[in-house]
Amino acid sequence: MKNYLVTIGLEVHVQLKTRSKMFCGCPVEFGAQPNTHTCPVCLGMPGALPVMNHQALKMTALTGLMLGCTIPPVCKFDRKHYFYPDMPKNYQISQYDLPLCLGGGVPLHQLAFPKDVQKTVANPDKVIPLTRIHLEEDVAKSTHFDASSGIDFNRAGTPLMEIVSDPEISSPEEAFAYLTSLKQILIYGNVSDADMEKGQMRCDCNISLRPEGQTELGTKIEIKNMNTISGVRRALAYEIERQTACLDRGEKLLQETRRWDDASGQTSLMRVKESEADYRYFPDPDLLPVKTEAIVAEVRPFVPELPATKRARFASQYGVSAYDAGVLANDLPLASYFEKAAANARNPKNVANWILNELLSSLSNTETGIEACPISPEHLDELVNVIDEGKISGKQGKEVFAEMFATGKAPGVIIEEKGLKQESDLGAIEALCDQAIAANPKAVAEYKSGKLASINFLKGQVMKLSQGKANPAVAGEVLAKKLA
Amino acid sequence: MKAEFDVRYTAGLARLNLSEAEIAKFQSQLSQVLEYVEELKGVDVSQVEPTAHANPVFNVVREDEPRDGFTPQEALANAPRQANGLFAVPKVIE
Repeated sequence: MKNYLVTIGLEVHVQLKTRSKMFCGCPVEFGAQPNTHTCPVCLGMPGALPVMNHQALKMTALTGLMLGCTIPPVCKFDRKHYFYPDMPKNYQISQYDLPLCLGGGVPLHQLAFPKDVQKTVANPDKVIPLTRIHLEEDVAKSTHFDASSGIDFNRAGTPLMEIVSDPEISSPEEAFAYLTSLKQILIYGNVSDADMEKGQMRCDCNISLRPEGQTELGTKIEIKNMNTISGVRRALAYEIERQTACLDRGEKLLQETRRWDDASGQTSLMRVKESEADYRYFPDPDLLPVKTEAIVAEVRPFVPELPATKRARFASQYGVSAYDAGVLANDLPLASYFEKAAANARNPKNVANWILNELLSSLSNTETGIEACPISPEHLDELVNVIDEGKISGKQGKEVFAEMFATGKAPGVIIEEKGLKQESDLGAIEALCDQAIAANPKAVAEYKSGKLASINFLKGQVMKLSQGKANPAVAGEVLAKKLA
Repeated sequence: MKAEFDVRYTAGLARLNLSEAEIAKFQSQLSQVLEYVEELKGVDVSQVEPTAHANPVFNVVREDEPRDGFTPQEALANAPRQANGLFAVPKVIE
């Protein structure tokens, strides 16, 4: 049994959030009736001329800036020739030797890895270098029936950004983290919603194995048809196992394209690559070259605070733990919610705790997105402040929270309605403490003999007697004084 | 210098079925074209930037404004076969 080194490179196609197509004005709308958004350009009719969508160029340049790419002064579009019914003009407009963006990288982080390996990742902050990012047009959507295929051209000609990584990904988990990190950045920049299940982000994987000690890369095998990030991880893990078994048996791997079947958890052969495809690229004479300087200047102000910077800022500005900062920054709407709620908080860390514990579990139990959260950030801030000020207890806080989540009412209103007020009156608490001490001589004796934890039991009894209304901190102080 | 043109390979890329006689004919015609291109290689272009366009025009773009195109009936008017609003084509298997 040999050890094998795994080399993975990903090609990610991203649908840009433009309103119109890449080279014509047809609307970009998903889920529309078939063939309702077409024109002579995207149907490939003779004589129709493409004109570039300014916004698509800008979004690609913005992505390049977010990912630290070099944006060369000039880019151009080329024709990539092939025959397939999803591409009626028999070439796809793409970028060949002068893409919009070169180099750059996708920074990974611990929380981008699958949950089960987050704690054991050796190098969570690895940066996966990129080869290039280019802009092209998407093809039509094919649906296959028993005896024929049906083509819908609504998607044909919509802008598609292709992000190509260097073959520097070394495990299925790293591929998962790469896609998760990339998706977050694309969402931060508002260039795409990057939802793989909706086809807004699509991924082709190239994977090869070579025995340890060998410098030359092994046979490259391409996997297609994954539609979730976890599917990519599983497909790659399956391929590593399959290729390892082949190599151990002394078989020679062929350069081929395989299809992932999510239901069976296996890849199967699509086609063997007999020769390098010859696409006969040449510059598209219908499209003029693009000078990028002005486009880059236009989008530079739109480079957002990126996830890594936001995580670091949350930790330093609000004092939340690195882990909590990561969870909050993972989801842009959640991060915005937190910032609104924490703006006037006495203790922003407590606001983060309420969001990460109570709020996230309530949202998930009711299958509600943060955008539709019934509790406004301002109300959550108010609730946490009321608890921090000792006006109500943490336990009462949970009751108020549940009511806020159900009704959307302000915490002040609910506290008033329910008559919830934490008992901080010294006299009242002293009376309750006396009761508790009298009723529990055993605990008192234990405490006096040095078992200091017994005071927590007594404190619990005080809370019970007060029906949860006593201020636990005050109760603890009074008990300690009385038992001293 | 005689330039060779691989007619069979190029015809294959273009999905053309050529007879042996056609291959021979195109072979000689296309080789002549290549020979002419070889002649152009003699011109000194060291000071000329490569371009696919005659005019130095850049950044011809349109704003991202959607507008209506064909109705589905117009879109499908030339389709040899159609079904459920789709262009129906011989089954493609990848």
